[in-house]
Amino acid sequence: MTQAFRLENVGLINRNKKLSFKFNGKNYHGYEGDTLASALIANGVHLVGRSFKYHRPRGFFGAGVDEPYAIVQLYRNGETEPNIKATEQELFEGLEAKSVNCWPSVNFDIGAINNFLKIFLPAGFYYKTFMWPKSFWYKVYEPFIRKAAGLGVASIKHDKERYEHKYEYCDLLITGSGPSGLASAYAAAKNGARVILAEDKSRFGGTLLTSDVNIGNQSGKEWADGIISELKEMPNVTVKNRSQVFGYYDHNMLVMSERISDHLPETKKFHPKQRLWYIRAKEVLISSGSIERPIVFGNNDTPGVMLSSAAKEYLKVYGVLVGKNPLIFTNNDSGYETAIEFKKNGIDPVILDTRNDPNSEIIDEAKNLGIDIKFSYVVVAAQGYKKVKSADIAKISEDKEQLGKIENIKCDCICVSGFWTPTIHLASQSGNKSKFKEDIDAFIPGISKQNETTLGAANGVYTLDQTLKSSFETGQKLSKEITNNDNKISFPNVVEKKSTVHDKFWCVPLPKGKNYKRFLDFQNDVAVSDIEIALKEGYRSIEHVKRYTTLGMATDQGKTSNLNGLQLVSKIENKVVPAVGHTTFRPPYTPVSIGAIVGREVGKHSKPTRKSPMHTWHEKNNAVFVDAGVWLRPRYYKRGNENLFEASKREAKNVRTNVGVCDVTTLGKIDIKGPDAAELLNRVYTNAWLKLPVGKARYGVMLREDGIVMDDGTTTRISENHYHMTTTTAQAANVLSHLEYYLQLVWPELNVNVVSTTEQWAGAAIAGPKSRDLLQKLFPNSDVSNEGLPFMGYIEGDLFGVKAKIFRISFSGELAYEINVESDNGNFMWEKIMEVGQEFEIQPYGTEALSTLRIEMGHVAGSELDGRTIPYDNSLEGLLSKKKDFIGKRSLTRKAFTADDRQKIVGVVPLDKKTSIPEGSHLVKDSNAPLPNPKLGYISASCWSVEYDNPFSLAILKDGKNMIGEKLFVMSPLKNKVIPVEIVSSHYVDPKGERVRS
Amino acid sequence: MLHIKCPHCGMRSQNEFSYGGDATVKRPELGKEISDQEWNDFVYNRKSLRGKHWELWQHISGCRQWIKVERDTASHEIFKTLKADQEIS
Ligand SMILES: [Zn+2]
Repeated sequence: MTQAFRLENVGLINRNKKLSFKFNGKNYHGYEGDTLASALIANGVHLVGRSFKYHRPRGFFGAGVDEPYAIVQLYRNGETEPNIKATEQELFEGLEAKSVNCWPSVNFDIGAINNFLKIFLPAGFYYKTFMWPKSFWYKVYEPFIRKAAGLGVASIKHDKERYEHKYEYCDLLITGSGPSGLASAYAAAKNGARVILAEDKSRFGGTLLTSDVNIGNQSGKEWADGIISELKEMPNVTVKNRSQVFGYYDHNMLVMSERISDHLPETKKFHPKQRLWYIRAKEVLISSGSIERPIVFGNNDTPGVMLSSAAKEYLKVYGVLVGKNPLIFTNNDSGYETAIEFKKNGIDPVILDTRNDPNSEIIDEAKNLGIDIKFSYVVVAAQGYKKVKSADIAKISEDKEQLGKIENIKCDCICVSGFWTPTIHLASQSGNKSKFKEDIDAFIPGISKQNETTLGAANGVYTLDQTLKSSFETGQKLSKEITNNDNKISFPNVVEKKSTVHDKFWCVPLPKGKNYKRFLDFQNDVAVSDIEIALKEGYRSIEHVKRYTTLGMATDQGKTSNLNGLQLVSKIENKVVPAVGHTTFRPPYTPVSIGAIVGREVGKHSKPTRKSPMHTWHEKNNAVFVDAGVWLRPRYYKRGNENLFEASKREAKNVRTNVGVCDVTTLGKIDIKGPDAAELLNRVYTNAWLKLPVGKARYGVMLREDGIVMDDGTTTRISENHYHMTTTTAQAANVLSHLEYYLQLVWPELNVNVVSTTEQWAGAAIAGPKSRDLLQKLFPNSDVSNEGLPFMGYIEGDLFGVKAKIFRISFSGELAYEINVESDNGNFMWEKIMEVGQEFEIQPYGTEALSTLRIEMGHVAGSELDGRTIPYDNSLEGLLSKKKDFIGKRSLTRKAFTADDRQKIVGVVPLDKKTSIPEGSHLVKDSNAPLPNPKLGYISASCWSVEYDNPFSLAILKDGKNMIGEKLFVMSPLKNKVIPVEIVSSHYVDPKGERVRS
Repeated sequence: MLHIKCPHCGMRSQNEFSYGGDATVKRPELGKEISDQEWNDFVYNRKSLRGKHWELWQHISGCRQWIKVERDTASHEIFKTLKADQEIS
């Protein structure tokens, strides 16, 4: 298919590489170096979507990041992505895209009926129309809005692409590679500063690619190419294209998204799709340029109406004509540049200039080329539905209020130039309060808040000569302050055409008897009339007007609409624009993919995975793993066709009858050393620690200052001034920070050092009536008798040549020991235990059996120590020392904590001894009581008691101490269960604790 | 993301630190008799200041030291950082 709007010898595209692509199911061709937008326009396609609210036909308005219309759904390599701007998406072989926001198709769109039912959709229409009747919301309005709204469809598939994060420091970060970016980067680089130069487009050079200027006897583009290739060679410079700096955060940190593979048919092997850069810069130079703003007139959203600078870019960069019969509508000299480019390529444009006979070099050139120019003329309305066919134009009076006779002029596009708006988003995000610059009718950055400087057009400087000069100087000065180098660069000679002042005209009045929609915000369909209504209804603050009308709230964030909106409010309110003020600019400047924000931290990589030294053994022995914080722990070891329930029951039973071994490496371990170690323990634990002898362990509970239990565990006195503390797996990091807090800030006089040794030790618990026999065989040279190693005793032993620590402590309630060896010997230890244990019928057991064993013993764990319970609640009040003070003690005197009917841990058994009780269920007195049924407590942990072969649960129950023997109901609305239960002691098995001491 | 000068390690990004609240709160001495009000003030009551604020941060992914940071809660400007044993002036 021919590309009817492609010029032959103009543009920067690669005509040797033809690319085929599909849009809305139709095949087209473009060239390497095209965007999807330029390729479509080359093929004469201008209808690309429907507007958000009225579903009016939409074409292209810009040529880059400012595009409000041409948002498509992209299909690439089996994936799909919404919210892609056709003006930014580079063409690749096989690209497929579809229009969004239209249903069933872009040519016949049901939602367009909104356009004819405008009465439904004035400003605030969501708030007004869809509020009543209430029942209509779910059935009628919401499905309608859902179907009609939205800018594409998010993929529900797993994204197989990779996204990277990168952290970088630099001296100068320069955002934009136009004239100011290149000049400042060059000067700073020559001074040896570390420079990052970021350009969001694929080509460097910004406006130098399209403007007719001369720098040092070169064209703008040649000069830009030269600077870039020199910068690329310098080791202190990073030059990045396809990279958008979209956010300016505190302390000079900026975030940039680099699109590495989006322009390729598929991502190369080992390459990421996108990379997010976190850049901490000493200085930031904002050289983001400016965006042309439209002039508001009737039907100014018709496809074919676009920015004049975009038309010029399509022509000069892509060799594409946006029309063959163009009408240029301008209030300044920029429109003439576009007209001249058309003329040079054999196209006859007509210029409508709102000014009355202005004079400048550019205007003279246009006149000399014989271009038809109509001064004091405006476009009243575009005509044509899916594409501009003609324009109603008229002369406008000196005061810009009166229109002359309406004439109709044939045209196929209207290129609008309403002057330039500096892109101040980044400066504004940095905290810089912008100020209004009268002569350009726009805001520019004010006093710098962080280390940022705004250069060139972004700072309201619109001549190349001035821009280059100030940018060279700034780059030189800032880099000199950092590097102390002072390389002088000779300033190139600049030739540019002189222009004259613009006309502060921005909105064409409506002709009598006509009610054309005049749009301010093209993406969100906010028209002049909407703002008028909002103000009539009493909205004054620009922030409120924005939210009520959705002006500037779409994904383009009002890049083209902002200032005209302000002009309108200021006109109606009879205020000057700076008094109206603008809304806040927030990051991101342009949409950023969720993938880039998340980076590599997805799925299994969202947190580190920690494995014990015995992990491989567990894997080989059919362990089924469970996440325990960041650790992977065996949940059970599967035998044959066993399920979780059967396996854990077998494992727990084996502990109660023979001996089991459990990997307890994950327990937090903290090494505590120093002459005041005992004093520290005495202050952080609730019980007494000063008299613990060497070679003895003790169970302890620590509180937060508010009296809530923080953690529990055993601590062993290894030698005079050396203790080994264990914490729960979950609280290991918090407990260490807690100890450090008190040692460093509260009691710095204590001479104690603490350090985490969790990873230094591998741990195995051996538990069961035969555990001592096993231990004796493992340590034949040690006395492990009840006298030699009594309950809570500690010795060191020799495990077949490996040094081991042996603690006689028990979580299972059985006679039990924990053996620790250095991590590297963990697997050796485990294999020895399994080998020697064979004759005692040893079996490994996982966390599920471990839970069962502790629950039926009434030992508390994480589900009871859940940040809401005090020692009493867990029946740990016996561990509260009356003689000494400790962290959190004073809080325990609070009224609620000492109430007579305070909650307490109890055991729960179903009356039928069969029905399992879901964890998290509530306990109530009367299962038929009207809702809300008063809740007496909750089930914290459930198991199948292997001792009694029936379900057993722990619960935290109001007035628990007086409830033993009561009959209550367990209710789980979630599982739809009501279970009659009896309350029993939480110490279901071995209530006297004889086994651990046996 | 803030850039915090650890007095032990130098300028580091905020994600190496964890926040520890108001640095001016003094824990009552152990064993001292105090009123419910005093204890409540220590445990619960904090001013939510707008402006300069001395606060605690711990350099958890670095030297693990608790440090004192004077920060403007509105602008995030950091004026001064101190070691744990240095008095706030
Ligand atoms: Zn540090």
